[in-house]
Amino acid sequence: MNDLSASSRITYGAVPVQPAVVRRIRGLSDKALAWLFITPTMVLLLAINIFPLVWTIYLSFTNYRANRANAPVKWLGIDWYQTILTDPDIWAAMQVTAHFVFWTVVIETVLGFGLAFLIDKKFRGHGVWTTIILLPMMLSPAVVGNFWTFLYQPQIGLFNYVVAFLTGRPASSFQMLGDVTLSPWAIVIVDAWMWTPYVMLICLAGLRSIPDYIYEAAEVDRASKWRQFWSITLPMALPFIMLAVLFRGIENFKMFDMVNLLTGGGPGSTTEVASITLKRAAFESWRTGYSSAFAIILFVTVFGLANIYVKALNRVKSR
Amino acid sequence: MKNSMKALFAAGGALAAAVGIGAMTTPAHAQGKTITLCWAAWDPANALVELSKDFTAKSGIGMKFEFVPWTNYADRFLNELNSRGSLCDLIIGDSQWIGGAAENGQYVKLNDFFKKEGISMDDYMPATVVGYSQWPKNTPNYWALPAMGDAVGWTYRKDWFARPDVQKDFKAKYGRDLAVPQTLDELRDIAKFFQGREIDGKKVYGASIYTERGSEGITMGVSNYLYDYGFKYQDPNKPYAMDGFVNSSGAVKGLEAYKELYKCCTPPGASNSYMSEGLDAFKSGQVALQMNFFAFFPGLYKDPNVGGDKIGFFSNPAATTQATQLGGQGISVVSYSKNQGEALQYIKWFSGADVQKKWWALGGYSCAKSVLNDPSFPDSAPFAKEFLKSMSMVVDFWAEPSYAQLLQAEQKRVHDYVVADKGTAQEALDGLVKDWKAIFKEEGKKF
Repeated sequence: MNDLSASSRITYGAVPVQPAVVRRIRGLSDKALAWLFITPTMVLLLAINIFPLVWTIYLSFTNYRANRANAPVKWLGIDWYQTILTDPDIWAAMQVTAHFVFWTVVIETVLGFGLAFLIDKKFRGHGVWTTIILLPMMLSPAVVGNFWTFLYQPQIGLFNYVVAFLTGRPASSFQMLGDVTLSPWAIVIVDAWMWTPYVMLICLAGLRSIPDYIYEAAEVDRASKWRQFWSITLPMALPFIMLAVLFRGIENFKMFDMVNLLTGGGPGSTTEVASITLKRAAFESWRTGYSSAFAIILFVTVFGLANIYVKALNRVKSR
Repeated sequence: MKNSMKALFAAGGALAAAVGIGAMTTPAHAQGKTITLCWAAWDPANALVELSKDFTAKSGIGMKFEFVPWTNYADRFLNELNSRGSLCDLIIGDSQWIGGAAENGQYVKLNDFFKKEGISMDDYMPATVVGYSQWPKNTPNYWALPAMGDAVGWTYRKDWFARPDVQKDFKAKYGRDLAVPQTLDELRDIAKFFQGREIDGKKVYGASIYTERGSEGITMGVSNYLYDYGFKYQDPNKPYAMDGFVNSSGAVKGLEAYKELYKCCTPPGASNSYMSEGLDAFKSGQVALQMNFFAFFPGLYKDPNVGGDKIGFFSNPAATTQATQLGGQGISVVSYSKNQGEALQYIKWFSGADVQKKWWALGGYSCAKSVLNDPSFPDSAPFAKEFLKSMSMVVDFWAEPSYAQLLQAEQKRVHDYVVADKGTAQEALDGLVKDWKAIFKEEGKKF
């Protein structure tokens, strides 16, 4: 930019920039220009992310209720935090969330990596298969929740019929969404069905980033396929796998829409993940202070765990 | 270029205006004003659209309607009210909202307006005035005009009941004729009898009842059993004293009876059923009995497959006493509305005797005595007599400002016990008392 003469006429794309404008921009230092460019983003971030976060932290120490805006706001200190952390129902919801996050991440990682490994082999029609496999993740969670509700319907649902066909058990003899034992697995199955392709995509990127010459060198050294997998493929794809685990872990920790549509947290509270409890407190009971405290606890939990995990990821990447 | 752009904008504007005032609007006439009425998306709402055309014709005020499915109704409109939105000029809000809406200044108090316009609450059924209009309850403070009377009732397959083979089998098994149940025990027997039975080569089931977890479903269902067995929300002589009333031995029996019905006699997969699931089960010929609100009965009676001679209606049977869950709503003016004058005009028009009569004829449930006490009313529809009976024995859930929290607690406790088999009925109701006490304590109530 400094090489441009004042009289030159610069064109960015199809829009001509007038010499006067150029003169004005030239009058700014690099630092000032940098500030000029990042200020809108900073303002947006402050308005949309930072301010609400600070405000939420403040509200979490008060008895504020959004539906009673005229009522006096009382400072409660850490009362809500104590209440939440000693509430057995909250711990039950956290256990349900942990079960959901753990099993979905395990299943999606194993299946996703397996699918990526197969797709990477570039067999005939692999492009078509890739597209088909990716279809579930392109659907809206609301759509997925609704049609899996039908698939799980004991009388007409395809899922029950497939299980009946494979096991010989009558289709209407079990209900995936209404049974205390089966319903936590029902939501795990749906999430795995929907998001395994996403993990596959990330793993596929990892597998494709491994240079061929490493395998060629291994072939020269007469390393078996098994040895190549354990010594080359898995270690080199590991940072990608860990990244997929991080993304899915964070996403599923805050899972709401699909579980809400499938079970509404039931039967009883069997599938009531933390975000459903939070939504009920915030937008049905309108306990804004309480739910702000709960949201902060969840945020700190995810943020803390993610930070520890990212450090581990960086260690793996630097090996 | 400029001209063509202008033309384009003009055309776009015209199109947007045409689309904006679409199917859910009645044309505004002379005054050119339009008001928005918010309610749930269901059959009676369609009847109200039809009825409101008369208001537009008479007043020149156009009507726009915002109807939201029941599953999102409370979320959507309570959000709107709490954020002081002016989307709705008039709202037909659920009966339980009245306490919160009155105390938080979301509804316009109607006492002065009623007095000025000569609208008397004595002209409406007492239960609907208390349930839909008053806050605090049983005081002359009115926040709504009773608009849509409703209660939980039952439908049954009259054609199945009438079959000689079915009659014969039932008599052989229970030693009595198969007839409309008078008690909840009889209802359970009938549901058991039909559960798994083959009718016309198709396997059918006993009853569809409310079991929904997410919003209010299982509470609206189980209440019909709890009330019948003596459950009371509080000591009638000591407000908010709940021990021995909510968790009385009678209430425990009622909860156990509801669970028994759920376990023995509902279709597979009915663990999260509410109004629409019940309608689906009944309309598809799956069940012999269906628990649902009277508001749906006109539509069911007209159904080509299960309506007409095939369907019968009855009010909630008795146990140690007889009561039923109140449904229905009043119509209120939203205090954030910029069209309060027009909204009040609508309420005045809606309260007219002729309008109330037409409202019932179109499929809405009038609360006006002029309609309900008319000698011809019980015979005016096959479900009218049962509706009248039900409205004389209705009980409503808490209408406190904290009703949503109270409701959530009951949803959880009851669903945990009935559907998820957690604990005993006594534990569930003791837990409920504990939850409700904590909520009232947080509200600063003394008990």
